Amino acid sequence: MSAPQSLFDKIWQRHAVVTRPDGAVLLLVGRHLLHDGSAAAFRFLDERRLPLHDKRHTFGTPDHYVSTAGNDLASIGEAFRRDLVSGMAENARKHGFTHFGLGDPRQGIIHVIGPEQGITLPGITMVCGDSHTSSHGALGALAFGIGASEVAHVLATQTLWQSRKPQSMRINVEGKLGTGVTAKDAILAIIARIGTAGGTGKVIEYAGPVFRDMSIEGRLSVCNMSIEAGARAGMVAPDENTFAYLKGRPYAPQGAMWERAVAFWRTLPSDAGAAFDAEVTLNGNAIEPMATWGTSPEHASAVTGAVPDPAAAPTAERREAIASALNYMGLSPGMRMDEIPINRVFIGSCTNSRIEDLRAAAAVLQGRKAKVQAWAVPGSGLVKRQAEQEGLDKVFRDAGFEWREPGCSMCAGVNGDLVEPGVHCASTSNRNFVGRQGPGARTHLMSPTMAAAAAVTGHITDVRRLMAGEA
Amino acid sequence: MEPFSTVDAKAMPLDMTNVDTDQLVPARYLWRPRQDGYAEILFHDLRREPGFPLDAPAHKGAAIMVADRNFGCGSSREHAAWALVDSGFRVVIAPSFGDIFYSNSFKNGLLPIVLPEARCAELRAALARNPGTHLVVDLPAQTVTGPVGVNDGFSVDSFAVDPLRKELLIAGQDETGLTLSLAATIKGFVAGYAEAMPWV
Repeated sequence: MSAPQSLFDKIWQRHAVVTRPDGAVLLLVGRHLLHDGSAAAFRFLDERRLPLHDKRHTFGTPDHYVSTAGNDLASIGEAFRRDLVSGMAENARKHGFTHFGLGDPRQGIIHVIGPEQGITLPGITMVCGDSHTSSHGALGALAFGIGASEVAHVLATQTLWQSRKPQSMRINVEGKLGTGVTAKDAILAIIARIGTAGGTGKVIEYAGPVFRDMSIEGRLSVCNMSIEAGARAGMVAPDENTFAYLKGRPYAPQGAMWERAVAFWRTLPSDAGAAFDAEVTLNGNAIEPMATWGTSPEHASAVTGAVPDPAAAPTAERREAIASALNYMGLSPGMRMDEIPINRVFIGSCTNSRIEDLRAAAAVLQGRKAKVQAWAVPGSGLVKRQAEQEGLDKVFRDAGFEWREPGCSMCAGVNGDLVEPGVHCASTSNRNFVGRQGPGARTHLMSPTMAAAAAVTGHITDVRRLMAGEA
Repeated sequence: MEPFSTVDAKAMPLDMTNVDTDQLVPARYLWRPRQDGYAEILFHDLRREPGFPLDAPAHKGAAIMVADRNFGCGSSREHAAWALVDSGFRVVIAPSFGDIFYSNSFKNGLLPIVLPEARCAELRAALARNPGTHLVVDLPAQTVTGPVGVNDGFSVDSFAVDPLRKELLIAGQDETGLTLSLAATIKGFVAGYAEAMPWV
């Protein structure tokens, strides 16, 4: 009998084309995803006069540089941004890969439309020139972000060199998330626990009852932020939820092939006794709604907690890091989390712009009014359409939100959707780095429901209080 | 890509943990074409702060950076490596790196070297006491050597590097040629893969 294998081991083995004696591995890429920041990689291909090797397994959409004010090229105000979006469409025509362009209702954030279209499948390798490619692990794929040179290599060969097999880490969350506690809170609690380098060099498998009970969209939010713990990838074993989510999606297998695929997918979960290089366990019952106070995703606290006091930090280095973060964020040591003012709200990004996110936020906003400028940016044209069919756009608009067109928007701000200097933004995105949402911008990461609560109160607020009926 | 063998150059200490790629290259500059150069974009927002070492006269011409934990974490933007290379850096020494940045560096002739955390701290302190000191990074021998006869925290450190990456960096090549030479092997593998998982 062979040694017990993890989900990660099984996918790795299935895709290792060549393993060199020095440990370097050439991996086959099952799906290659592209966005409008891929110009450098195509330029490389042209310079070397190489064709796109595997157009059938290459999919793209513009997301980073598109306008969220209008869903067309003309709405993009600046020529350099228009050129990137139109350049991508031109590359799609020239090289023949599947492209969900502007005006196509399927266009949206690449990490939203991969699962939505059934392009993301269990048991395959997936790469994209974007660190949040880890999202796709939610369906049991091994998915990770790569740089522009690696994108070029995948375009030319549909393979990727890895100098060695990454280590593995299993994160178990036991118990059950409480009312008002979401997938976003779970991943922020995990990152607060293991740190932004806690997963470096590792592939994380999220396991245990909390993830078993979690929707696929929740798992996407969790796996999305694996990179914020430094991890190469994050994944959840495929199960009946996964199969139900994928069935009937346009690029998922159909008919007899579907049955065959599901039978194979059932063999993917980690074997009993599979070895992991590291293991961490959290108690899901103890996780509360979270928000970040600082300039790293690990600077996260329960909403019931307080901003840390650097004086109480255990080391000089930590003291300095906290003091510097608080200085940038304009916060005082020891102030309560729910006293942090919020001047702006962004609900969107590949972390939290799916239909469940919008439904959850809308449920909080129903009958309430935002006190600050607030945006809802659906993750794809199809998410937007679905939300509109459910009347969610009206809830957002009635609450004073702007209801915008799909794209990455204010998460990285490369399309020009920026937060002003000094402004505290409650954001459902994934990074609160210094200047991430614009020079001087003060980002507070949180879930869509927490962001909705912050919008209607003007400060960080425990959404459970609003859910319990407080005005 | 410039072949890499030995770099004998000024080393600059950077006392910051978790330097993310948004600090190395703010997102608002990502649209710039590669050929336009990224030298002035490196640490665009931070370098304007007083005391930031990048533009200190003593560090002019530095090609080696000695940094701290988790250097290059965050976004996959290869621009971070471009900006370092365009600014003349050939080596970054740190206790740990963000995975994607680490990989991107090799593709651009930039050698990331992992040394123990305490050793990196000693080196940074030694460089702070002796600004503008040269270190010698010998990739074939896998060593970092301080100035001869100066003991003040400098010495000879050995580092590990993956053999394939070392080979390609010394040759000044990326992996594309190697991979294309394996076309027949890949084709055979793909046939078996398609048979086992025809739905992919």
